[in-house]
Amino acid sequence: MSNAITRDEVAKVARLARLILSDAELDLFTEQLGQVLEHAADMNSLDLADVVATAHPFGLTNVVREDVVIASLDRDAVLAMAPDARDHRFAVPRILGEAP
Amino acid sequence: MKSALQIAADVRSGASSANDELERTFSVIAERNEELNVFLHVDFEGARRVARDVDERVARGEDVGPLAGVPIAIKDNMCQVGIPTTCSSKILEGWRPPYDATVIQRIVAAGAVPVGKTNLDEFAMGSSTENSAFGPTRNPLDPSRVPGGSSGGSAAAVAADMTSISLGSDTGGSIRQPAALCGLVGVKPTYGLVSRYGLVAFASSLDQIGPFARTVTDSALLLEVLAGHDPKDSTSLPEPSPSLLAHLNDGVAGQKIGLVRELVEGADDSVVTAVRSAADALREAGAEIVELSLPELALTLSAYYLIAPAEASSNLARFDGVRYGLRVNAVDVTTMMEATRTAGFGAEVKRRIMLGTYALSAGYYDAYYGQALKVRTLTINAFARAYEQVNLLLGATTPGVAFKFGAKTEDPMAMYLNDVFTIPTNLAGDPALSVPFGTGEEGLPIGVQLLGPGRSEAQLFAAARVLEIADGRS
Repeated sequence: MSNAITRDEVAKVARLARLILSDAELDLFTEQLGQVLEHAADMNSLDLADVVATAHPFGLTNVVREDVVIASLDRDAVLAMAPDARDHRFAVPRILGEAP
Repeated sequence: MKSALQIAADVRSGASSANDELERTFSVIAERNEELNVFLHVDFEGARRVARDVDERVARGEDVGPLAGVPIAIKDNMCQVGIPTTCSSKILEGWRPPYDATVIQRIVAAGAVPVGKTNLDEFAMGSSTENSAFGPTRNPLDPSRVPGGSSGGSAAAVAADMTSISLGSDTGGSIRQPAALCGLVGVKPTYGLVSRYGLVAFASSLDQIGPFARTVTDSALLLEVLAGHDPKDSTSLPEPSPSLLAHLNDGVAGQKIGLVRELVEGADDSVVTAVRSAADALREAGAEIVELSLPELALTLSAYYLIAPAEASSNLARFDGVRYGLRVNAVDVTTMMEATRTAGFGAEVKRRIMLGTYALSAGYYDAYYGQALKVRTLTINAFARAYEQVNLLLGATTPGVAFKFGAKTEDPMAMYLNDVFTIPTNLAGDPALSVPFGTGEEGLPIGVQLLGPGRSEAQLFAAARVLEIADGRS
């Protein structure tokens, strides 16, 4: 049984990722994520202090286009795929809590 | 099964028609799709319309393009207007994109006929297509085995002779691994060669669309159509599309090819034998084979399984029940998002979102994600060092032949290890392909992998062609 990540940490990460895990899933993920993180520990055997990090395979430069008006996606076509739309907008359940 | 090259020639000359070719495809789908679960959606009406248009243009004497009337299968993580696009996830069930991926526009402009959407591991996360919310795809060569993944449906479509070519996407081997397991040619192009516009993002710095085909020639034919700059993808390479078909028979005489120890080590004996025989075949064709070691590659699996989940956790944050796909209603928006994501995502997707969220979270960022990005630099440097000495590299695509259903589903790490030979090039952004060479256990196909520096696709195809001929495949 690995302890690279604790059950409490898994529960915290699930909240951050907006996922609800059952007790059984928490146990399973604690073990499985622990195994992956343990495997990843082989990277810590290296001295990487002087190595520059690469987030992308090629150096990215900003891409700009001519400042001309071009058609975007049709609003109604986009809203037609939404679970709920009203008055040309995406509709969602209540965002703010009740007043105290 | 006719090659795509032959179908296009026949349709252009009038020896066949796009409609006849399409109906042949539909009849094979009708025969085998129920058993194999290759297509999640077949667009009978739309495909017939496109085929009719191709035939009318041929009749008018127009030049329809290099893929005239060729039926093609599309991995279901690429958007096509009005066609269900699910990524094999319940969270996108019923979604019909309001726009086309650039690759769809390019193949249709070249005369191809998209016939439908193929099964994959949910959001392209997996190596067996067992992670699909709509059931696994079976390997047409042995239905008790997996076709590989994540592009298992697109590989199976070609292996079952439903279509001659198909589109896949490769983030850590998702084209090359299923190609190897199904006896096909599969190509992961140079990062940026093919537009990602309209490909549902998994790990944006690694994802790349590429072709499946039975032959090296068909792979080159399709990649020529796919490649090229796209203003809609800011990571698209600015250079024009490379000429590939013209160099297919360039051979390997005078080329130096490195046999990489880390890309063979740990593979089954039959795979090691196949790679060694491939090296012999290349040597006989005039290449010089050099054995070399790139120790950094041993660390790439660890780096990949932090970088890809980190990017995925960010990319998949968009699936929140607001703009498209599933919504599980609740009293407030946060509870709605949690309920939607919990109901919509499968176990492997949740696992990777969790892993990525953890690797990016405060206190662990430097230890995991930051460290992985540094290993990525080492990987790029290791390949660059190798390409100072040699033109191309050679190794295995997978550690073994197609495995049985359930063999690796209980142990994510065992499944991840199946990608150990394909991951390094994704981290480097370089191209690689898998070409069938020899057979292993129970006559199942083995794929050998050829790797090259950025934009070396023409040389890779020429070397693959040498192996295809040596293996008696054409």
